[in-house]
Amino acid sequence: MTERSVVIKNRAGIHARPAALIVQTASKFKSKIAFKNENEEINAKSIMGIITLGASYNSSLTIKAEGEDESEAVDALSQLFENRFEED
Amino acid sequence: MERFTVLDLLNLDLKEHNALNLRCLGGRPGLAREIRVPDLNRPGLALSGFFENFGPERIQIFGRGETAYLQKLANEGEFETVQRLLSRDDVPCVLFTHGLEPTKEFFELAERYTCPILQSDLPSSEFQARLMRALSNVFAAQETKHGVLVEVFGIGVLILGDSAVGKSEAALELVERGHRLVADDAVEIRCVAGNILLGYGANPTLGHHMEIRGLGVINITHLFGVGAIRDKKQIQLIVELEVWDSDKSYDRIGAEERTREILGVKVAYLQVPVKPGRNIPVIIETAAMNERLKKMGYYSAREFNQSVLKWLETENARSRHFQERDPMSYDDLSSG
Repeated sequence: MTERSVVIKNRAGIHARPAALIVQTASKFKSKIAFKNENEEINAKSIMGIITLGASYNSSLTIKAEGEDESEAVDALSQLFENRFEED
Repeated sequence: MERFTVLDLLNLDLKEHNALNLRCLGGRPGLAREIRVPDLNRPGLALSGFFENFGPERIQIFGRGETAYLQKLANEGEFETVQRLLSRDDVPCVLFTHGLEPTKEFFELAERYTCPILQSDLPSSEFQARLMRALSNVFAAQETKHGVLVEVFGIGVLILGDSAVGKSEAALELVERGHRLVADDAVEIRCVAGNILLGYGANPTLGHHMEIRGLGVINITHLFGVGAIRDKKQIQLIVELEVWDSDKSYDRIGAEERTREILGVKVAYLQVPVKPGRNIPVIIETAAMNERLKKMGYYSAREFNQSVLKWLETENARSRHFQERDPMSYDDLSSG
């Protein structure tokens, strides 16, 4: 299992477009991937789940992946957060 | 387009508010003449001897005024201009409105030069409007596409996709659910009025048949009744079915409006992946209803995202407020 904490750096937070990007990226990997905040854990391949996380600007999330390609998956996803989902 | 002759015009078989009510009075051998331009002409000036800028290749309409003038010419024994007009073989036909009839001499000249004389009982202005509408449909740009056209909840949905992807099967279930089949397999598309795409069955005489693998050819009108078919329908949505490709990413949000161009007209376009367990007819029904909502100004995907953005904004403002007021207590809250 690989875990990494990321901070949301784009102003708008995770709305529909970033959520779609996350799901697209996550779906490329075979591992089970989840996002965790203080009180819930949701599947990174479910778009509605990610949106309802309500991850706003400057809040942090933990990416959890388990499976054969877990470290690549975590790398790719945290890269998205680093790039602010190609926004602002 | 193939040659459109005067005989084709007579055989157009238009209904109700489009009917031309045409019949042929004479000059029958000339019915094979081709109509080359979708236009008409009132030959009043030509009859009075002024042939400059005369449009001979147009359908020549004789209304009350022209017919009265013909009568005057006949009374005076003056037939030179009539002969000049009727002897031209580039005139496709002459046409009398209001159920008017030509003079005897006019009739004989037309017979001699085999210029067809048509008659309609409609008043000139109404007839001209209908004729222009009919001709612009005939002369409209057209294209035949491989697909199925169905009317779903009033929206014309063109289902495209490779053969054997399940277009006909999806359409069959839509028909079974009470929607209407317009055309299967070959859909003839015409662009009318510059921005409307009308879809027809490519061969109207063959009627509404479908080919379903394992069943063969079935007659939709006989099986589902006359309520299950339509002759033509405007294309308002294109749904392309394709075999699910796991390497390809499909639209998950739908906030972007995708369109596809046919004959220069942009139509809303959806790409729907097919795989076992996905009920395509239900997806097409929902897409059609969503399209209706969009026409009413409600964009589900866009409005959903707006409320998410608003919500994230308030969350953001609230957490900042707490942090600024008392960072320690916020930390306590979050860690506890």
